[in-house]
Amino acid sequence: MFVVNSIGVRIVVTASALVLTACAQAPVPEAVFDPNEASNRKMFAFNQKLDRALLAPASSAYGEGLPPGVRRGVSNFSDNVDLPGTVVNKILQGEFEDAMHNTVRFAFNSTFGLLGLFDVATGIGLEERDTDFGETLHRWGIAEGRYVVLPVFGPSTDRDAAGIVVDFVLNPLSYVVPSPESNVLPVANVVSRLGDRYEFGGTIDAVLHEGEDPYASARLFYLDARRYDLGVEVAEEDLYDLYEEAYE
Amino acid sequence: MSEFSTTRRVAMAGLAGVVALAALPGRALAFTTAEAEALIDKVVRDINRIISSGKSEAAMIRDFEKIFVDYADVARIALLVLGPDGRAASASQKSAFTRAFQGYVGRKYGKRFREFIGGRVEVKSARPVKSFYEVRTITTIKGYAPFEVVFVVSARNGRFIDMKIEGISLVKSERSEIGAMLDRRRGDLNKLIADLKTIG
Repeated sequence: MFVVNSIGVRIVVTASALVLTACAQAPVPEAVFDPNEASNRKMFAFNQKLDRALLAPASSAYGEGLPPGVRRGVSNFSDNVDLPGTVVNKILQGEFEDAMHNTVRFAFNSTFGLLGLFDVATGIGLEERDTDFGETLHRWGIAEGRYVVLPVFGPSTDRDAAGIVVDFVLNPLSYVVPSPESNVLPVANVVSRLGDRYEFGGTIDAVLHEGEDPYASARLFYLDARRYDLGVEVAEEDLYDLYEEAYE
Repeated sequence: MSEFSTTRRVAMAGLAGVVALAALPGRALAFTTAEAEALIDKVVRDINRIISSGKSEAAMIRDFEKIFVDYADVARIALLVLGPDGRAASASQKSAFTRAFQGYVGRKYGKRFREFIGGRVEVKSARPVKSFYEVRTITTIKGYAPFEVVFVVSARNGRFIDMKIEGISLVKSERSEIGAMLDRRRGDLNKLIADLKTIG
């Protein structure tokens, strides 16, 4: 815990120094930059096996065993414990209004929403404004890097993989909540993931297990969806050239 | 409903100027932003009818394929998806591939419609991009964050050439998928056409 704390503090300090100086634009990424494709494919195959053996059965047991309202509650709770982390990231990005928005959302859902089990904030215009440290790095002008497949987490990039680690350390709740209660945070995330796995099972199966080259599909989906979320207008030109081609 | 028409009116008013500007230099576009939006309005109405119909999955798949055939530029999408290999194909191979591809799309995406049951799709805005129009729609499903689907409509013939779900292009992802299928069959297009009839 001590080690994690000091790393966390150091990152926050370095980060706030950076946010004052850096307003750089992240370089526009290549369409697909996957130099380690061979090892990524191996990891992808491992994740597929893991999904078939553990995640899919566990999620359907979870999904079928519990009423939708309970699953919703778990998912809400997990989103809520992530909120303080998004506040930190919004501040690091200089998005102070969003940081305030998420703070008030957290306050509402933690109290009237019974520790975040219910999402009462969205109904009054305090919808989720999600972000993560990967986005913060993007805002600071850090390049996307290589495409990587992480164990369990799946598709990612160098930048987003670093973001996942930092987000774990960055969430203030993990310091405020004393252990062993703090273990509840990662557990809530894992269980909430099972819920998502159940709800979007069809889509996940389609990407992960169906089709003839699910690796290529997952890579394309991850990169395009992520760039869309970050507002990176990449390869749009190419896509329009492609459309044009069809009419020649 | 009133919010919907207001949004649309505002979008149209704003875009009328943009269209006028865009149409000035070079070629005049045969199709307007309003028409592009009206087309996707129809698509969306049909989609909403399907997802609220309570029909079986098989029936939904058939209905979705019909929307695709009625409003999309299926032959050109098929050609794009086939990529450089498509150029070498004969006319009869091209039309056979188009037919097989259209059934494949219907099955593959029609299945996903189950997840949209209870949701609503609304046209939000439209804007010209090069010789195309991008028509933005928002799908809302209770309990989830709304998500965006953009239809790319060709100004040349008023059919849509692509749809992008939260930034993921159907043409781009199927180009990668069909490319992989063709590689796996050592470039044998006839084999791909035969197999495509049952895949998806």
